[in-house]
Amino acid sequence: MILTTLETVPGKTITRHLGLVQGSTVRAKHAGRDLMASFKNIFGGELKGYTELLQESREEAINRMTEQAQSIGANAVLNIRFSTSSITQGASELYTYGTAVILE
Amino acid sequence: MEELIIFLILLATGFIVGQYLEQRHYKSIRSREHALRYIPAIASKHLPEEFIPCSTTMVAGNVVISIDFFKKFVSGLRTIVGGRVSSYETLIDRARREAILRMKEQAAAEGANYVFNIKMETSSISKGRQDSIGSVEVLAYGTAIIQPKQNGL
Repeated sequence: MILTTLETVPGKTITRHLGLVQGSTVRAKHAGRDLMASFKNIFGGELKGYTELLQESREEAINRMTEQAQSIGANAVLNIRFSTSSITQGASELYTYGTAVILE
Repeated sequence: MEELIIFLILLATGFIVGQYLEQRHYKSIRSREHALRYIPAIASKHLPEEFIPCSTTMVAGNVVISIDFFKKFVSGLRTIVGGRVSSYETLIDRARREAILRMKEQAAAEGANYVFNIKMETSSISKGRQDSIGSVEVLAYGTAIIQPKQNGL
């Protein structure tokens, strides 16, 4: 499975276009991390717990997108984009989408 | 009175520790940016013909950075008169540069020569309360271009 943010894969031709595939996940932080973040908020600096949490969630969203692409028989996802939106207090949605294609 | 003392202590620690952490972060950003300058990050979608053949892989870097108590207070005052909120400018600048660096570090680990079609995504993290966390998340992602070694590049 090739995942790329480009519109084409260099040196390969697209034989079939299978449409949009997407993956999303909604995650909340646990209380311990929130407490640590409150302390950090006095001193400033990186919130490592949140960085890791968002990274894991994004990987989850990519995995879901990849699964969807595999189920419709694609071997590449082109033009991938990420989007983040906060839904309620302390929870955010991570969304990723792209175009599934069959490459030669 | 006690509340005022606590507030002043928080303000002072925020100022001293926040300033120190920011300077240390900027120093690390500058040295790492210098070390990774050999991988240009390009915002173009189209790959020049001479780059083909090459292999590609997606790379991404993200970071969440929080503002310190002193700067939050200063920016609160700034909103009364309006104008440039420079304390938030440095926060976002640090986050963006750090995210790009993490992306480039991942690209360097893959042995990439270029990173194409960079996209940035910024979102703020808040707890929704009145004393919300003033922090920002930046994600930078793109496609790393790995050229075969014999190209001499």
